[in-house]
Amino acid sequence: MTDGEYGGHHRPASDYAEAGAPTVMTAPAGAPLGRPLPPRRRVGETIRAVLRGIGQTLVTLGLVVLLFVVYEVWVTNIFAHEAQHKVHTALENAWAVGVDPLPGSGTSGIPLGTGIANLYIPRLGRDYAFTIVEGSDDASLEKGPGHYVGTALPGQVGDFAVAGHRVGKGEPFLNLDHLQPGDTIIVETLKAWYVYTVLGNAKTANLAAPDVNGVPGREIVDPSQNRVILPVPDKLGAVPDPKNPADYYMTMTTCHPKFTAKQRMIVHAVLTTKLLKVKVNATTYVSTMPPSIQALYTAAGV
Amino acid sequence: MYTWIWRRLPGALALKLVQVLLLVAAVSALLLFVVFPWIEPHLPINHVTVNGQ
Repeated sequence: MTDGEYGGHHRPASDYAEAGAPTVMTAPAGAPLGRPLPPRRRVGETIRAVLRGIGQTLVTLGLVVLLFVVYEVWVTNIFAHEAQHKVHTALENAWAVGVDPLPGSGTSGIPLGTGIANLYIPRLGRDYAFTIVEGSDDASLEKGPGHYVGTALPGQVGDFAVAGHRVGKGEPFLNLDHLQPGDTIIVETLKAWYVYTVLGNAKTANLAAPDVNGVPGREIVDPSQNRVILPVPDKLGAVPDPKNPADYYMTMTTCHPKFTAKQRMIVHAVLTTKLLKVKVNATTYVSTMPPSIQALYTAAGV
Repeated sequence: MYTWIWRRLPGALALKLVQVLLLVAAVSALLLFVVFPWIEPHLPINHVTVNGQ
């Protein structure tokens, strides 16, 4: 940092003039360049060098921070899209041979980071499609939206809870705040299409309006509030009733506000449609989106 | 610091510029692919789950 860029080699012409030198560039014999500077000027040089060092350090740090922003919003997306593409392809290949990563019953036994279902949200556009992976640990979330281990699976009674990144890392839930009450969320598994509908009052567009269990469409909570992914969200100790259609939830969590981890944005939805896929043979199913599901895009105005 | 590096780069101006670009690329790559991925989980950003799950 404290290099002597201008240190000691250039003197004002008057220094040489007194020794009788005709030009600035020619040092006279009596005044070699290595001559120590007067104490006052030496202090000045040191201060200047220190200030220049501090300045360069600050500019460098600023550039590093800028580069970190580039990393967060761009570079992580490149890796995440690649990882997402891999889990998506793996899931499609498994489905093509009739292999379902989801267990027939219960919620356990799926390896972390394995694709389990496809997610479509008409409100976020026709090209919005992500493969949900098992697990909400950092490594799994870099591949795509991650299912909280132990919570309900798609279509099961209870709460199918999914976490997703808001900025960078593929940013599946970047626009989670665009969801309105009544918006549809489509979850595709090997055997079925599930349509969840965002809670809240669709007529008044009030996301805070509670359903029969007191669950709102959207809430902003402290990161410690894991009550939002309970089997009946926000209701400690409540046991969901398989016979009650209101007890089939889906919850999505992401960070809030953008770029921070201060709070979490939570969107709750309830299962409104279950459509079994048509069988191709004993183990595989027709995977084209049926007209009634496609109609949801038109309904969302996209 | 930068002048110190610049003075120690060998060759003519064009060669020096090429070396500078290479140095910048190397430092950027080190930051983007080694330092940032390592440091990021420790920063209070981009945590999306509740209760650290």
